[in-house]
Amino acid sequence: MIMSYDVFKCKLISKKEIAPNIIDVTVKSPEIAALAKPGQFLHIKCGDEIAMPLRRPISICDAEGDKLRFIFEIKGRGTKSLAFIEDELDILGPLGNPFTVSNETFQNPVVIGGGIGTYPLYKLTKALENPTVYLGFRSKAQVTLEEDFRSVCKDVTVATDDGSYGYNGYAIELLKEKIKKDPVDIIYACGPTPMLRAVKQVAEEAGIRCQLSLEQRMGCGIGACLTCSCETKHDGTWKFMRVCKNGPVFWSTEVVL
Amino acid sequence: MMNMKVNIAGVELNNPIITASGSYGFGREYGELYSLNELGAICVKGLTLAPRAGNPPPRITETYGGILNSVGLQNPGVDAFIKYELPELKQYTCKVIANIAGNTVEDYCQMAEKLSDSDVDMLEMNISCPNVKEGGVAFGTNANTILHITQEVKKHTNKPLIVKLSPNVTDITEMAKAAEQGGADALSLINTLLGMAIDIKTRRPILANATGGLSGPAVKPVAVRMVYQVAQVTNLPIIGMGGITTGEDAVEFMLAGSCAVAVGTANFMNPYACVDIKKGIIDYMEQNKIDDVGDLVGKVIIK
Repeated sequence: MIMSYDVFKCKLISKKEIAPNIIDVTVKSPEIAALAKPGQFLHIKCGDEIAMPLRRPISICDAEGDKLRFIFEIKGRGTKSLAFIEDELDILGPLGNPFTVSNETFQNPVVIGGGIGTYPLYKLTKALENPTVYLGFRSKAQVTLEEDFRSVCKDVTVATDDGSYGYNGYAIELLKEKIKKDPVDIIYACGPTPMLRAVKQVAEEAGIRCQLSLEQRMGCGIGACLTCSCETKHDGTWKFMRVCKNGPVFWSTEVVL
Repeated sequence: MMNMKVNIAGVELNNPIITASGSYGFGREYGELYSLNELGAICVKGLTLAPRAGNPPPRITETYGGILNSVGLQNPGVDAFIKYELPELKQYTCKVIANIAGNTVEDYCQMAEKLSDSDVDMLEMNISCPNVKEGGVAFGTNANTILHITQEVKKHTNKPLIVKLSPNVTDITEMAKAAEQGGADALSLINTLLGMAIDIKTRRPILANATGGLSGPAVKPVAVRMVYQVAQVTNLPIIGMGGITTGEDAVEFMLAGSCAVAVGTANFMNPYACVDIKKGIIDYMEQNKIDDVGDLVGKVIIK
């Protein structure tokens, strides 16, 4: 049993395009699966490393037994190449600071995700007791993993920006309504920066503790190269922290978005 | 019995593998994966007199066969390094090279003095960082300036001084000769090549700093050429770097004239790159019946 991150060759178990350009992958990795915590990520080699020297950071969606699941969007040449890998993947992980899960401290958690930012919240939702989950997507065609979330949580609402499925509007509106009528003691969020900025504002104005999972272009993935920085505030002074090591999950009050 | 030991300016390294400054922090993160005793030396993240926050993100992007970075020398400052990082590193058999960068000649001299009283084994003077507004590469692109700063820093240290050269110059050999004349004990080359990448959707540079330093396999032929050219004009030991990813790449640099090699970008591709590259050199030596790694140095056959 390893105690920390390492590089593993992981056998591909399944791969499926679950929405346009959204690839759902399960690999065999008993070592990473045993250590993986909600909110942590994997640093994955995308093919020919001479042509594409950087690994791509992709959040863990689920880890169960010896299986590790992650879902990514084909965005550039790295993720495109990754989508074509068969047989075996070269994965460095698990990496990063996970979500704080404490069902004793926080009895009324809300989980809110947007787009591909919903996938890292699946393992978190499984770990929480009776969370309220809001999943936002641009349109019906992008709605993914709804059934997975419903199978582990009673209170799931899907929202679409264009109203083509579920609630008509942004998921943040659902969060605002929830805060007005029910007690909420922690909010977990992952999604595009404008959404995180809005969640941070709503949470802080309501005095609710909030954790955000951030994204940044990354180098080493383990905290050595200092390229994936984000701006943070500590005791009134700002400084850069490492998304890969100090994050990707931060308390909302730490980060400047 | 194979000899992997190399000597650079009187400092004996167990093997020719050095971590390139900036790619490896202070060794803690890679030290989780393998013992730093595997390395010949660790060249630490560039240090400045005062702590530096660095440049705003994004600081990195991939290009064909390489990466562009613009970290901007984020570091905790030379004093914090000596107090908190150096004692950790001294537990290992690898040598410790302190990379120093300053805004002024006085900055370099002051850091050299502080580090001379410490347990570091060597200094690497970074006059080639392309990502800071003051100092950095501004010192490294003019032979007279290199001569002057090398002379001044030498007056303030008893440690062997490595001068790290920039490839962003018209004639690298002039810079190397100036460093040698100034009293440098060794040279390291190349630092990154100044580059740029633009996102055509947003029409903005991908890096927040607009430009950054190019490294990785894409720069290797330029680096090999520069090591070769410099080796022809100086007697100083050369630490070669620029896109070294495999043992074969390392051998190529040694044939061009490097006594030791530094590994940077490859650490990101493969966290075990330093260990694997060392093994690759040993494989080459076995296949070619070479007993001493030093026998590779400068053995390129021209004509």
